[in-house]
Amino acid sequence: MRKYFDRIARIAGNVLTVHAEGVTYEELAVVVGEERSAPAQVIKLEGDQVSLQVFAGTQGLSTRDRVRFLGHPMEFPYGDGLLGRVFDGAGRPRDERPDPEGTLVRLGSPPVNPVKRRLPDRMIRTGIPMIDVFNSLVESQKLPIFSVAGEPYNALLARIGLQADADVIIFGGMGLRHDDYLEFRAAFEKGGVLTHSVMFVHTASDPVVECLLVPDLCLAVGEQFALAGKRVLVLLTDMTAFSDALKEIAITMEQIPSNRGYPGDLYTQLARRYEKAVDFEGAGSMTVLACVTMPGDDVTHPVPDNTGYITEGQFYLRNGRIEPFGSLSRLRQHVNGDTRDDHRAIMDGCIQLYADCMASREKRDMGFEVTPWDEKLLRYGEMFEGRIMDLAVDISLEDALDRCWLLLGECFDPAETGLRRALIDEHWPSGAAR
Amino acid sequence: MRGRIVAVFGNLVVAECEGPVMQNAVARCHRADGAQLLSEVIRVHDNRADLQVFEETRGLKVGDPVEVSTDLLSVQLGPGLLGQIFDGLQNPLPELAERHGYFLPTGGSTPGLREDRVWQFEPAGRVGDVMQAGDTLGYVPEGIFKHHIMVPFGWRGRFTVQYIAYAGKRQADEVIAEMTDESGATRNVTMLQRWPVKVPLNVSRERLLPSSPLVTRVRMIDSLLPVMRGGTYCIPGPFGAGKTVLQQITSRNADVDVVVVAACGERAGEVVETIQEFPRLSDPRTGRSLMERTVIVCNTSAMPVAAREASVYTAVTLGEYYRQMGLHVLLLADSTSRWAQAMRELSGRLEEIPGEEAFPAYLESRIAAFYERAGAVRLRTGHVGTLTIGGTVSPAGGNFEEPVTQATLKVVGAFHGLSTARAHARRYPAIDPLDSWSRYAGIIEAKKVAQVQRLLRRGNEIRQMTAVVGEEGVSVHDYATMLKAEFVDAAYLQQNAFDDVDGSTNAERQELVFDRLLAVLDMELEVTEKEQARAVMVKFTDLFRNWNYVAMGTPEFEAMAGEINDLVALGGRDPVLEDVA
Repeated sequence: MRKYFDRIARIAGNVLTVHAEGVTYEELAVVVGEERSAPAQVIKLEGDQVSLQVFAGTQGLSTRDRVRFLGHPMEFPYGDGLLGRVFDGAGRPRDERPDPEGTLVRLGSPPVNPVKRRLPDRMIRTGIPMIDVFNSLVESQKLPIFSVAGEPYNALLARIGLQADADVIIFGGMGLRHDDYLEFRAAFEKGGVLTHSVMFVHTASDPVVECLLVPDLCLAVGEQFALAGKRVLVLLTDMTAFSDALKEIAITMEQIPSNRGYPGDLYTQLARRYEKAVDFEGAGSMTVLACVTMPGDDVTHPVPDNTGYITEGQFYLRNGRIEPFGSLSRLRQHVNGDTRDDHRAIMDGCIQLYADCMASREKRDMGFEVTPWDEKLLRYGEMFEGRIMDLAVDISLEDALDRCWLLLGECFDPAETGLRRALIDEHWPSGAAR
Repeated sequence: MRGRIVAVFGNLVVAECEGPVMQNAVARCHRADGAQLLSEVIRVHDNRADLQVFEETRGLKVGDPVEVSTDLLSVQLGPGLLGQIFDGLQNPLPELAERHGYFLPTGGSTPGLREDRVWQFEPAGRVGDVMQAGDTLGYVPEGIFKHHIMVPFGWRGRFTVQYIAYAGKRQADEVIAEMTDESGATRNVTMLQRWPVKVPLNVSRERLLPSSPLVTRVRMIDSLLPVMRGGTYCIPGPFGAGKTVLQQITSRNADVDVVVVAACGERAGEVVETIQEFPRLSDPRTGRSLMERTVIVCNTSAMPVAAREASVYTAVTLGEYYRQMGLHVLLLADSTSRWAQAMRELSGRLEEIPGEEAFPAYLESRIAAFYERAGAVRLRTGHVGTLTIGGTVSPAGGNFEEPVTQATLKVVGAFHGLSTARAHARRYPAIDPLDSWSRYAGIIEAKKVAQVQRLLRRGNEIRQMTAVVGEEGVSVHDYATMLKAEFVDAAYLQQNAFDDVDGSTNAERQELVFDRLLAVLDMELEVTEKEQARAVMVKFTDLFRNWNYVAMGTPEFEAMAGEINDLVALGGRDPVLEDVA
């Protein structure tokens, strides 16, 4: 029999403070009112004052309400029955089916011991050359897609979800427009992946605190599937909404903000979640792809900036294309060494030449004299964008590499490419000048 | 000394204590389920102590008992550190994995060194010898080194050896010597001793000016921006510029005896790479496994924040310990910004008045004190030991004006600033050769280095000029200078880290290639057309780049050197190229 505490001292923002004893840090509680009951979590203990973060917001709560503590931190049932289900940010069913059943798992499990992690070495093929050739996605990688509002980042995320080869897909939506949620759901249904997916969706109209729980729910469930030997892909969108929710709570708690109002522990909060991406020694793996919208297209904004320092690379989605500059998969060297002997050389060589082309373009646009070398680069750039960079291109890695060689052969003399002689001897297209 | 918890907020716990409390003392919070959470006193006011808890505080409650010790946070020193993987508080991770599986437990404190491990002890002193702290009592073999068993560093005064163990197998915690101090009191010495991590460990005759270059086999660093043994350097750079890759390459190739890798608040995957690859890689100096000379201290970003600070200090203390044996040690800290952020988080919870970007006011002095622990020292035996510290900095938004970068630049001897523009253009290492600097002398004559640096600067000026006036606006001579600067970058400064040969260039080869490079630069290009100049320099760049991939000492290496010499002799006017022109 649990005690009720009724001395509520303060209600501000999403935080409610109550006088209580014997409460443990991060424990769950329920605020029981006449109209409704609201779940909450302990976020500060000070003497007998207990501060609670109320998930559904404090609207309508009154000092007459009572608080009951549950004696355990946040938990969610895990089992195969979760597959095909859709939940909201607080873990309640969104699909008009009964509450899930299974073994209860705690959210925010302790960190994985680094010595029990496997060195990632399996590539996830996506059929998108800008990913497969230039920045291969690797199992257990955590990778954000940096983008701005208006770019088709959700469409790209859905496409990767549909085409990637994974056992279980966990989708976490934060601050999603309801339309976007419906689109994701339709895409998953149509693509036939819904049966091995679990969705946790917080829409923009839901209480903001529930947004904070979405990544934790996704990762806790994903981790269990991974421990059970499954290869899990977690898709999160949009982590900027998550960070803004963190900011809101921190400001309510009167924490000193560090940068543009975000709390000083933003890096830690994000890292604790992204670092859940793992390849377990002797079990499955969990890969995390997350959309991060950059407010004002500013990569130095605290959210993309901190994210970039945590994740293993990033994709920039701009003008409907994955940008070759700045986009980076830090784990690619673990997988692109065994694909084909020319993979790495093409990866670097093509981008170096494309960078030179950008310089030539600038020259041309400024009205300067264009040398024959510039002409070559300009021609190359044009063709590279059309045949390789276009997001609509859907070909295998090997075909994409061959296509790059053809392109180089059409545009350059071998020595101009900066590629090693041995590779040129082997791969230079036979019809082209040598 | 006991107390009780009165408040919990994140990793900050406030405890009410009954007796005297020492600042920075270690404390343990007893959770209801029996777990003991390690923490440190960081502020005392009246009878209340603020504790930073090194582990997750979930599950603590008001009223839980706290036990405050009289010890400072310290590490265990002794044989068996090399090859080990510790967390920030010196818990051995492989042992934790064996006992607890996939996840790191809370309150699972484990001794850093096995007390029951047996070592082959060999005495170095005799009964009656008078010794001081840091003097060697004997040796045990640890991998490729003779590990010195030393008189505990904290002992003050002179001690006479009363008993010393014979050569033979001894357990680490066995008494190997008995010594009496000046008042006649007896003290025992084992192979293990403790040292507080926040106090610099340096028992030496004098501190020396760093004088020998530390060869990293990264051409740009060794030739243009050298580091010295006993010196300090920092690598600030935005994300994606290659800080960690550069650190990893350095940890493999650096010409030192021991490498301590401190992964502080960074990605776990990077540590895994080191853990799994090092045992398979061989040390370029000794041919033995790289792991035998490496200690890894890791507190990755998902691990508790407060232990991040501890991890940096733990690592530097281990480095200082091996320096005491007359070894050359390199500490690579990645990243010091995460440590600074941990200080900021805590400072915020303590409600201290924030400084710039909410970092605490003591940020600069903490960073300075940390880098000052590096240095070359002459030990009491006359041997020289060095500790070099290289720290990466992760500036917010890649902006070097931020407090951590600026505080670091004030105290280091070399600055290897990484540039996004270079990284985007896939020019690795992405160190900006113009912005970066070094106060040390390296393996290449200063006069030659200055010549190349002048050329790089001039080339950059001309490049900027062409952006305004176009290539047609500069003379053929200037254009050729720009191409030469470009050639230095492409043919020498850029290095393919994933190629076995190109990825690691030893000092001898650097000197040789650098001279060839100068020969090309000194060559007057007899061309009248810019396109001609470009063709010549493309040819040289291609030759050098291919040369870089060929192992030194092979016939192919000599053949290509000959080819380059011939082309230089011809002033670049290859008959074939003439035809093209």
